[in-house]
Amino acid sequence: MQEALNKIIEDYIENEGNIISVLQQIQEEFNYLPKDAIHYVSDRLSIPSSYFYGVATFYSQFYLKPRGKHIITTCCGTACHVKGSDKLYNQVREEFNLTGDEDTSGDGLCTAEKVACVGACSIAPVVIVDKKILGKVQKKELTKVIKEIKEEQDA
Amino acid sequence: MPDQVNIKVCMGTGGIAAGGTEVMDMFRTELDKTGIKAEVKERSNVDKVGCRGFCAKDVLVDVEVDGEVTTYECLNADMVPRIIEEHIIGGEPVTDWVTGEDYRKFNEKQIKVVLSDCGRIDPEEIDAYLDHEGYVAVKKVLTSMTPEETIESVKKSGLRGRGGGGFPTGLKWEFARKANSKQKYIICNADEGDPGAFMDRSIIEGNPHAMIEGMIIGAYGIGATKGYVYIRAEYPLAVERLRRALEHARERGFLGEKIFGTEISFDIKIKLGAGAFVCGEETALIASIEGERGLPRNKPPFPAQSGLHGKPTIINNVETLANLPYIFKNGPEWFASLGTEKSKGTKVFALTGKVNNTGLIEVPMGITLKEIIYDVGGGMEGGKEYKAVQTGGPSGGCITKDYMDLKVDYESLADIGSIMGSGGMVVLNEEDCMVNIAKFFLEFTQDESCGKCTPCRIGTKRLLEIINRITEGRGRKGDIELLLDLSEDIKDSSICGLGQTAPNPVLSTIKYFRDEYEAHINEKRCPAGVCANLLTFSVIEDNCKGCTLCVKVCPVSAITGEKKKPHLIDDELCIKCGACFDVCKFNAILKG
Amino acid sequence: MVLNLTIDNKEISASKDATVLEAARENGIYIPTLCDNPKLKPYGGCRLCLVEIKGLPRPVGACTTPIQEGMVVQTSTERIHKLRRTVVELLLSDHPNDCMVCVKAGDCLLQELAYLYDLQNNRFYGEKRQYTQKDGNPFLERDMEKCILCRQCVRVCEEIAGVSAIEIAYRGFKAKVCPSFEDDLNCEFCGQCVSVCPTGALSGKAWSRKGRTAKTNEVTTTCPFCGCGCSLKLRVSENEVVRVSSDPDTINEGWLCVKGRFAYEFINSPDRLDAPLIRKNGKLEKASWDETLDYIYDKMDSIKQEHGPDAIGGLLSARCTNEENYLFQKFMRAVVGTNNVDHCARL
Repeated sequence: MQEALNKIIEDYIENEGNIISVLQQIQEEFNYLPKDAIHYVSDRLSIPSSYFYGVATFYSQFYLKPRGKHIITTCCGTACHVKGSDKLYNQVREEFNLTGDEDTSGDGLCTAEKVACVGACSIAPVVIVDKKILGKVQKKELTKVIKEIKEEQDA
Repeated sequence: MPDQVNIKVCMGTGGIAAGGTEVMDMFRTELDKTGIKAEVKERSNVDKVGCRGFCAKDVLVDVEVDGEVTTYECLNADMVPRIIEEHIIGGEPVTDWVTGEDYRKFNEKQIKVVLSDCGRIDPEEIDAYLDHEGYVAVKKVLTSMTPEETIESVKKSGLRGRGGGGFPTGLKWEFARKANSKQKYIICNADEGDPGAFMDRSIIEGNPHAMIEGMIIGAYGIGATKGYVYIRAEYPLAVERLRRALEHARERGFLGEKIFGTEISFDIKIKLGAGAFVCGEETALIASIEGERGLPRNKPPFPAQSGLHGKPTIINNVETLANLPYIFKNGPEWFASLGTEKSKGTKVFALTGKVNNTGLIEVPMGITLKEIIYDVGGGMEGGKEYKAVQTGGPSGGCITKDYMDLKVDYESLADIGSIMGSGGMVVLNEEDCMVNIAKFFLEFTQDESCGKCTPCRIGTKRLLEIINRITEGRGRKGDIELLLDLSEDIKDSSICGLGQTAPNPVLSTIKYFRDEYEAHINEKRCPAGVCANLLTFSVIEDNCKGCTLCVKVCPVSAITGEKKKPHLIDDELCIKCGACFDVCKFNAILKG
Repeated sequence: MVLNLTIDNKEISASKDATVLEAARENGIYIPTLCDNPKLKPYGGCRLCLVEIKGLPRPVGACTTPIQEGMVVQTSTERIHKLRRTVVELLLSDHPNDCMVCVKAGDCLLQELAYLYDLQNNRFYGEKRQYTQKDGNPFLERDMEKCILCRQCVRVCEEIAGVSAIEIAYRGFKAKVCPSFEDDLNCEFCGQCVSVCPTGALSGKAWSRKGRTAKTNEVTTTCPFCGCGCSLKLRVSENEVVRVSSDPDTINEGWLCVKGRFAYEFINSPDRLDAPLIRKNGKLEKASWDETLDYIYDKMDSIKQEHGPDAIGGLLSARCTNEENYLFQKFMRAVVGTNNVDHCARL
């Protein structure tokens, strides 16, 4: 981690960088903003880490938690809810061994999210896999999608 | 066999989304395959070009055979072989797919200045721009005019800021020119964040050099040596094309030291936005370029006196800057001859919503709304009745039927409670609920409020809560008055443009559609049938054929009935998703 | 250089660098504020100090607007009054409004403004911020539901303390003041932030249920902890020091360190020595001051007689004032007759 961060710090000094550009580079490197990385950069640059946190939470582009390579979003609007979206959401969580507050699998393969309503009630329940909308999703179909994601990773 | 074949594929974001890359690849491979590949290939030229505006009919392709240009619409890759066979080889255009009346009408009343080269040139090749007299204007300015003369010309042209406020560009430059400082900056604001607006993106994607050239002219006018383009990271294609264009301009000596052999030095850096709408506001944008939280700063002092790093700074929007090369090429008098008395030139709009021809349009200032909707826009979609146009996005307001003959310019729009804004234009019909529209925009601004000042931080939240309860059937007597009162206070007491304009959609919809608000509050009814909590769905027995389609789509099994007999909707179970209404072929579902 | 302007039809003059707010204050014209602090850079966030300036399309914040020659300002029109009232009303709509049991009651700017603007009934209601996480630091109580985002604490931490332990995170309605990553506060605990907070959002943990400002008596004294001699205002209730503050117009400009502000519990500690002790038969026993001073005199005198004055050395403390230190070295040199005198700050 340090090596990558040192490079970001060098770049900051050479190219009149700023907090946003440092955060953008950290996120590019790690796909999110690790707390340790922020503290390290903050120490080295003598910029209070509270500034980094303030900026990171202000802009919608920054993530403070690692996000998976794939994002599976389950719609939990009323229609989807009564069609068993909870079960689908839990299925995703189980398949990727997510427990407690976790929303991303340990290997960083997948993030499981919920969304309020995507306005596609007639094809409920809806699951969005990497921005692709799947309608009338059944357990079997979701299993297949997840299997594909896992196989692609193994390959 | 034709002697000269040129193929131009629309590759703006809209074109790419519709399959532009595949179409282009198909042309390349199929032309190769024709067997006459050597001859055709050498003489043929497949180009990508930027957005041509008519996004509704993407992918648009110009096929030029021996100087004869034919434009095809709605192409996909599968259609390419037939065009090659019948048109390029056979000499007969495929008339079924050629653009028709819509395309002609779409273009007829447009006057293209900023967009004149968009869709005609390859945005990734500087030579394409140079072939169209690119960088001629800036050379003239830098080598034969003083900065004062430059500013005078801009003033004479009557150009006003295209980002929203409409402040005279020349006057703004003059402030910065007069500010005493060794270091000055010019910033191009490409942080286009309005939902439903994509003018700036299209300009940068279609012809980034015009904007760069404009920036150099501006820098010379005010005496800036450094420039920034603040652009949304969500526009990857535009960022990529801009980056390439800057590199090319640098290579040719249009940026850097001693431009055109003069003593002028100027260079441009790209700063990527990190996702905050408020950064479209000048002072918040400056804070963001400095790497801070994008909080607006109190004005005065204005950026022209004290901006980026405390130095005099000019912030111009993409479209404003992209106008400049054309103004200097054709003369300020020419530009001033377009438009109305106080609003000169043209304006680019992103025309969306319930019209037939959606897309990017450029029209002269002073054109009427009727012309935009019925001529350029090709009329209302599905022949439905016009209700209003929403301009200026979350900062704007709506324009009703009564103002169809209104000449679109800064003053007239402001007079009726809307704004020109950056150019979003959403056409609404009878099926749109105006309370819901106000809610939509308010949800956006409330979410994007930076939180610095009290009226915007808490005030817009309370506004939204009041509107929410109205749309959910919990509105109370006096809510309209409360909305009006709070809106006025937020407008007058917020720090920046975001808060000062956030209540506009509310004020404007109440002004023109108060009856809709009243229906929601007093009768607990949404006249347009949009607000789910106020809807009931029932079966019109006479129309119902008992086809059971609705039974199948209902996600909550609220519909029952025997085959070929009228069905019944259980209101207790119904979640008002409207799936039955959408699927019914016999108009047998009553929404109300 | 001085500029002339008109505020509320009164012709006044003020320094060219003054803001409208400063010019008004210097001339006895009251403009309410929440986020302003004369010792900090202007912020302009609360919008309470709005004024109307002739020629400008809408009201502007007096705290951020520099004065100009010939400027015509109105500070209390009906319109301005209404805007200010709405601002306070909005703040109260996202506030616990538990003044009855709030540590700050009676000394709270927000409460005062609510009273001034007669905000008996609030027209607005809705979601309020709710924070369940309590800050586990030992000194500062952070009740952020009461925060009005005036950013004074953030600014004082940055501009005065130079620490920047806190910053506003998130945006819009979700904005909140917090340490990095919303961890527990881990700073120098100087409490400058507490001293500038206009509401009950920041207070001392030890202040809780100990008598609010109105119930306390003020005792002005000097901080005993070091030689800086910061001026302290002890707040005493029921013969007990229940909190410490400092006035802005003192030598330390109202700023204190963690010891001066929070380490006052020793005053009422049962462990505290309240009489001198003399070791008799190997055991420390309480003695009177007369007895003790006689004892010291006798001992010093006999050492001096027997071994000469240089057999005696004196050490003084940074906790004493300069005057006390001066007197002590004078005593050692002139009375005892030795230069063996030193001070803990040199060790």
